Amino acid sequence: MPEIAGKTPPVLLTRVTLRDSRDVVAARQAVAREMKTRGTAAIRVTRFATAVSEIARNAIVHGGGGEISICLDGRKEYLLVECRDQGRGIEDIERAMIDGFTTAGGMGKGLGGARRLSHGFEIETSPGNGTLVRMSARL
Amino acid sequence: MPQSTTANILNILETNFSAVVEAWLGTQVREGVKRSDLFSDAESRAQNAELLKSFSKGVRNAAVDSEFSLEDAAWEDLRAVLADVTKERVNRGVTPTEMATFVLALKTPLFARLEALLKDDPATLIRDVLLVTRLVDTFAIYTNEVFINEREQIIERQREEMLELSTPVVELWDRVLTLPLIGTLDSARAQEVMENLLQTILERQAEVVIVDITGVSTVDTQVAQHLLRAAAAVRLMGAECIISGISPMIAQTMVQLGIDVGTVSTRSSIRTALADALRTVGYSIQRNREA
Amino acid sequence: MSGITSIHLVENALLVSIQDDVTDTEIIDLQDTLSHRIAEENVRGVVLDISALEIVDTFVGRVIAQLAGISRLLDAETYVVGMRPAVAVTLVELGMYLPETKTALSLTHALSQLRRA
Repeated sequence: MPEIAGKTPPVLLTRVTLRDSRDVVAARQAVAREMKTRGTAAIRVTRFATAVSEIARNAIVHGGGGEISICLDGRKEYLLVECRDQGRGIEDIERAMIDGFTTAGGMGKGLGGARRLSHGFEIETSPGNGTLVRMSARL
Repeated sequence: MPQSTTANILNILETNFSAVVEAWLGTQVREGVKRSDLFSDAESRAQNAELLKSFSKGVRNAAVDSEFSLEDAAWEDLRAVLADVTKERVNRGVTPTEMATFVLALKTPLFARLEALLKDDPATLIRDVLLVTRLVDTFAIYTNEVFINEREQIIERQREEMLELSTPVVELWDRVLTLPLIGTLDSARAQEVMENLLQTILERQAEVVIVDITGVSTVDTQVAQHLLRAAAAVRLMGAECIISGISPMIAQTMVQLGIDVGTVSTRSSIRTALADALRTVGYSIQRNREA
Repeated sequence: MSGITSIHLVENALLVSIQDDVTDTEIIDLQDTLSHRIAEENVRGVVLDISALEIVDTFVGRVIAQLAGISRLLDAETYVVGMRPAVAVTLVELGMYLPETKTALSLTHALSQLRRA
């Protein structure tokens, strides 16, 4: 994750509640909007918005729903996205990141792909405690 | 908010302003960081004056306690002036060390004046010297960060320009593009090259792309992956990709490495690739007279 | 059909234009609708215009790949046209090469390929 110089904290831009498939679109469009407003190149916007789409969908399909927060880092150089769900948690993250690995209906290529498409990418998860994904992209 | 702790420092900065600017310049000369080869006396003096003015403003308005940050609102002016001065200095070739020393040189005139002012009050003298040290050190560290950032941006811009020059996408014929790759192909370069190529396909509505690797020094698994990914992206956009310039040696290496090109067309020479491409876009080549 | 996709019959092919970002439900519905129309109207091809899409993730990619398979079983070829450079790069990075799906630069290109088939 990018270093934050000085003590300027990140600024919350918007939150998106994740309940059904329409919210996946809402989340990725919100991310795309925040990046485009700040003049980010199309290729970067598409890559990160796609990554967020994968994570948002996971939260709904496997995590029973959750919430996404979109923030601007203190230096205004990165977009920070946090996705939280209260689901079953991912038992074996390493396995889940291998493209094609699927449990109960197909997380498939999403997780590993999302990491490759992001600048910073961290997952905190454990069985029974839900999942928190922190991802970032350069603006 | 003016505080008692910074009172002496502020006093010196405000009543002895011009003298401090000159003394600062003097120290910079002695430390060898004034760079008279890059900046005229007038320019240097003006930069120092602007910096000192905004520095003083910050000292007056900021809360200078044990943990202060130049990111706070009170230092806004200093940050702004610093951004401009840094840009000028980076552009003309000043090094990060010179820039840091340039700032740190401010301590000398301030210490000298504090000593003169407080020679009968060692306790306060020590306190104020420590305060000046902290202020100027923070100023120098921040300057260093801004400087390095600016330099990195310039280097990045130059790299991109060089990249565009070294990997041009050439329109060989109506709707036929060629990309002659030369040298090494690392991840960063491959990404740039691919983006440029795809954008050109869109703009020119190219139907065939010939990626020529005659000039690529080594084709290992990584390079092959970059090529195949590029070919896949070209196909997804609706164009056809031919990889040409595959030498017998590269062909052997690729087979030995177990690289499977799948459905991507490959040719040993650009000549055959071009003939294929022209046929694809609807042309045939005809000899009109004996060689 | 929802307001963001349009389907027209052109030269024995179904031209489908997705005009805005689609939800998972909408794209599944589209796949279903198209499967039926391919059979009903006995078309030789489906041309899916995604030039308006800025974001195509693995879900949409998978549904498109499935559509290609379904239409082939019904004796029609599916062409994806107008994919944006950014989308192409991203799909490749996600490992989605869509090998079973034909692609073309534009509707015109796709139709001319269909004519030749």
